[in-house]
Amino acid sequence: MDRIPILKLGSALLVTIQVDMHDRLAKALEDDITAKIMTTGAKGVLIDISGLDIVDSFMGRMLDTIASVGRMLDATTVVVGMRPPVAITLVELGLTLVGVKTALNVERGMALIGISVDDFEEVDRHDGG
Amino acid sequence: MTGGETIPIRESSDVIRVRAEVRRLAIGLGLGVVDQTKIVTAASELARNTLVYGGGGHAVLEVVEGKGRRGLRLSFEDHGPGILDIGQAMIDGYSSGRGLGLGLSGAKRLSSEFEITSVVGEGTRVVITRWN
Ligand SMILES: Nc1ncnc2c1ncn2[C@@H]1O[C@H](COP(=O)(O)OP(=O)(O)O)[C@@H](O)[C@H]1O
Ligand SMILES: [Mg+2]
Repeated sequence: MDRIPILKLGSALLVTIQVDMHDRLAKALEDDITAKIMTTGAKGVLIDISGLDIVDSFMGRMLDTIASVGRMLDATTVVVGMRPPVAITLVELGLTLVGVKTALNVERGMALIGISVDDFEEVDRHDGG
Repeated sequence: MTGGETIPIRESSDVIRVRAEVRRLAIGLGLGVVDQTKIVTAASELARNTLVYGGGGHAVLEVVEGKGRRGLRLSFEDHGPGILDIGQAMIDGYSSGRGLGLGLSGAKRLSSEFEITSVVGEGTRVVITRWN
């Protein structure tokens, strides 16, 4: 079975979901992320879902579980890039994802996590900004 | 009404196929992107129920016409155990498994019309329609 790659970015993990995931793939991703939080001691997890054109209750629960497990392991999870029609549909579905932090894009997500902002400041300085 | 398309639902990748086909039909019908997203999400929930609780089955996707408008009608059928208490199954948050219990109630909210028929020991059929 294919797996979705998890990148390490400083003390954060970055996951970019670009394909429509079937349930087993989503479950495998959930397991992989929680395992990787433990092995890397990551302080934040960014999940970029800008490539997803729907999120249903199964995927919603997956995001919620990752956020809950992450919280217990002292890692903050931020879901970034949710498309507006997806957000509207989730609310109507009845899924509010109250335990999940969201951000418009990866950079804002990084800022929300707070810990890898250093990396960005580094880049800014090099850019002369 | 066009002939309709039948998609077997036997494994979790079939749910993806249902989502993709419903999306294609919704675009063809001229539904806006929010309405597309709603009907695809409802279809995803119902297809998963067919798989997980119904033990597999099939979906029939068709473009229908009525009162001068067109719509998308999606039927999900299985010959699984059926639902003993439909009222309970429709409650937000009720799941006999480990789901969030939002599939049936959510699919109803995301559709223009919703109809469920279930006979214990015979199976379940859920039909939703989204009018343009
Ligand atoms: N096709 C089906 N066959 C048998 N039972 C079903 C079917 N669809 C739904 N159900 C029952 O209705 C309940 C609620 O379904 P749903 O709202 O989708 O929530 P969930 O899938 O999270 O359990 C299920 O837990 C199950 O008991
Ligand atoms: Mg369900």
